[in-house]
This record gives sequence, C-alpha cells and structure tokens, in this order.
Amino acid sequence: MAEDLQKSETWVEKDPGATSDEAVIVFDHVDMIFNIASEQLNNLKEYFIKLVRRELFFEEFKALKDVSFTIHRGEVYGVVGSNGSGKSTLLKLVAGVLEPSNGSVTVNGTIAPIIELGAGFDFELTARENVYLNGALLGYSKQFINENYERIIDFAEIRDFQDMPIKNYSSGMVARIAFAIATVTTPDILVVDEALSVGDFRFQEKCENRIKELVAHGTTLLFVSHSIEQVERVCERALWIEKGVARMQGPVLEVCEAYRQGI
Amino acid sequence: MTTSAQGDMTRSEFKKNWGVLSALVSKDFKRKYRRSVLGIVWSILNPLLMMIIMSAVFSYMFKFNIEHFPLYVILGNILFGFMSTATCTAMTSIVDSSSLIKKIRIEKAIFPVEKVIFALLNFGFSLIAAVCVMIYLQVFPSWQVLLLPVLVLFVTLFSMGLGLLISALGVFFRDVFHLWEVLITAWTYATPLFYPMDLLEPWMQQIMQFNPMYHYVAYFRDIMMYGVLPSGMEHLICLGMAVVTFLVGLLVFRKTEKKFILYV
Repeated sequence: MAEDLQKSETWVEKDPGATSDEAVIVFDHVDMIFNIASEQLNNLKEYFIKLVRRELFFEEFKALKDVSFTIHRGEVYGVVGSNGSGKSTLLKLVAGVLEPSNGSVTVNGTIAPIIELGAGFDFELTARENVYLNGALLGYSKQFINENYERIIDFAEIRDFQDMPIKNYSSGMVARIAFAIATVTTPDILVVDEALSVGDFRFQEKCENRIKELVAHGTTLLFVSHSIEQVERVCERALWIEKGVARMQGPVLEVCEAYRQGI
Repeated sequence: MTTSAQGDMTRSEFKKNWGVLSALVSKDFKRKYRRSVLGIVWSILNPLLMMIIMSAVFSYMFKFNIEHFPLYVILGNILFGFMSTATCTAMTSIVDSSSLIKKIRIEKAIFPVEKVIFALLNFGFSLIAAVCVMIYLQVFPSWQVLLLPVLVLFVTLFSMGLGLLISALGVFFRDVFHLWEVLITAWTYATPLFYPMDLLEPWMQQIMQFNPMYHYVAYFRDIMMYGVLPSGMEHLICLGMAVVTFLVGLLVFRKTEKKFILYV
C-alpha cells in the first residue's frame, strides 16, 4: 500500500542546495480567535445597545486551534481544507497582516504575495503605471522596476497594450501582470492561492514553469487550493486543516488521501 | 513576527514606505487629471471661479466692508479647502484600501497621510490662483510671506492628525463618514471665510478662539494680505493645536490599527 502513495514523478528538479533544514515558516501552537459579537457591529447605535446589554466581547470564534507546523527552505508545501476551514486565516498570519491570539508565527525571509485583481491595481491607470504602483506596494525600488520592466511586460505578454488603461483588460491579463510582478525577483517565500486560476490554460502552464524555476532556486512555495489534484501534483508535503484544527500533516499523497476519505 | 536587524529594518522600511507614498501620490495625480482638456489648470481655475461666485454673492447680499474682499475670500477658501479635502479623502482611505490591507503587510498610516499630501499638492496649485488675485488687486505682501511654509506645516500636521483619527474611527463605525461631512459643512460656516470676524457677537468671538481653522485662516491673511507678523502667542496657539491634534490622531491610529483587518 505504501508503494501506491509514492509520487510517480517529481514535479520539479531542484538545484543542489536549494533545500535545507532551515525553517522558513514556523507556526507554534497558534490560536486565532475572532470576536464575532463585536465584528458584526457597524454603527454606533448597535455598539451602544450591545454595550448597555453587556453583550459585547462574549461570542468567540476560533478560526485556528492550536495549529503547529514547520516549513523548511525550498519546500513545496500545500494546504488543503474545505471552505471556511481556516486556510485564508492561515495565509493572513503568514503574510503578517494578522497576529495570532496565542502562540507564535515566525517567518524568515521575504514574501511575495500575488496581489489579486483589484487590490493593488488602479483600473483607470495604464498597465505601465500599474506595474510601478504594484511594484512599490511590494517594496521594489523604482530603479529595480525600471531595470526589470521589460521582463515583466514580456512575461505578462501585454507589450501591445502597455499604455492602455487596465479597465479595458480582461481579468486574465491583469492576473498575468500581477503574477509577473510578484515573481520578477526570487522571493524567499511565494504564496500562491486561488488568484492564479483566472489565467487561461497556456498561461497557467507558463506560471507553473516560472514557479518551478523559482523553487529550483530555493524559493519556498506555499500553495493553497481547493483542487486536491493540483496540490497532489505540485506539492511535496501538505497540511490538512478542518474547522481550524490541523487534522494531518505529512507527505502530500497521504494527506490528500486522508482528506478525500474525510469528506 | 520576528525581525532580525532592527536598525537595518527600519531604514529599508522607511525607503519602502516612501516608495509606496510617492507611487500613491502619483496615482492620485494621474487619476485626477487624466482625460480632462485643461488638466492641472483646473486646480487653479476652480478656486478662482469659486471666489468670483462667492465674492459676487456676498458683496451683493451683505455689503461687508472688507478691503480686497475677493482676496479675503480666496485665501480663506483655499486654506479651509485644503483641510477639508485632506480630511474627507483621508477618512475613507483605510476602508478603500481594504483589499491591500488584507493581503500585504504595509504601514497603514501611509493611506491617510498620502491623501493629506495630495491635498497639500493641490493647495500649492490653488496658491497660484491666490497670487493671480493679488496681482490683479495690486496687493503685494512683504517679508512676512516667508512664514508661509510654517503655516503650511501647521495646517498639514493638523489635517494629518484629523485624517488619522477619523480614518481609524471610520473603520469601526462607518457613521463617522456621514457625520464628518455634516461637521465640515458646519465648520465652513463657523469659520470667518467670507464674513468679517467683527460681525460676530463678542461671545461668539470668544468661542471662535477655540476654532483652529480660525487661527490658521487669520494667520494666512495676516502674512499674505495685511503684512502683519502674527504674535508669538498666536504662533504658540497654532503650533499647539497642530501638534496636539496630530499626536491624538497618531495615538488613536496606532492603538487601533492592528484591529483594522477584522473590520475593513
């Protein structure tokens, strides 16, 4: 049986030295608690009513319960789980936009998030202007973008449209720019979630090749997807979370098999 | 989150924040003037047209005895306009950039601060309009005009403080957005922008002393059209109001910013 769970082929050939035991992302007994009661309040009236009734600060919701895992340098790590299982919360903790209620999250290295459609883009501006805007948001210097501008445009295949406002672009084109900008450097950690699924088949393949290139050079890939097949194909190890609890972690095929059985 | 070299970190953080700030200002700039024939000229034309309307209406209706009334109006209007645009745009800046805040780790104060800086830029353009009026009316300021940067600093700090404060509060209570619009309108009339101060009852003049915008507008007119050097006391009041507002805004922002992501 154990034989069946072996991967038939490795997704990427890594450079020697691309992987190491150095921990890049460490979750240590992480709890993430949200206070639903106060989150539903959107105006002062509700706030005061709740305050008077002393209903404030009571209803708790644990999005993550005692989650611990470690991702090492150069690893391709998948996170699976059904809707509302805590995947996005986990990603936000990695990105550093949320802080854990208990426990600790340690991230060593630069993170390249793929900024989704609409977030780091302004639809009135041209693709060229958006490349600079998005680049600045990711922390690139202007000089760095100047030097790499051509590569970004070429990778996104938008050379003929670079001076057109992106409101006229298709969603796939915008996703291509976002991906091209995020991966123009070799980040320590690349976070890939559903944002990529907008591109067409050929571009997805291109993205996958670029991700492989980065991973071969030592980038740690954190991959979050609904598609178990994709996770199985791409990742080496995986974490399955359900209702905020880490149900299982280990080699990807075992985890995905258990996840399939579990749901 | 652990950071390794703290000193190194703050320096590169600063560089990054500066990059984001200038990218956002240039974005706003392009957005504002794209596809309008006159483009940036509107920033100069707009206060001029407003001044013509207001001075026509008010000099006809009230017959105030104010020398160089158009200049009196335009100076008050552009300075007050700077503060009101700055605070109104800063107010929604956090909520508007929710998708970014949820995705990447970024200094959140950049968003309201950027709006204030953009308003400051536009204030610079409308100053050109004021200068046009001064030339037309043959009112030339003397050396006191050199104090203009000091005043601009005061009003910028003051606006930043308010912007930080209401942008943070607005995340938790959207009521603030509606309330502020009303407040700004009330504040416009409560500041002597187009009427003389001595029109007011003595008790109203007393209350006016607590209106920071009254002090800033008076300071502005003193150095631009009356050639008067504001007193040391006046400087202290202007500085104090700016610094206190800024610190309060910054403090509230810093205390609450970690929770933004849960509410935006």
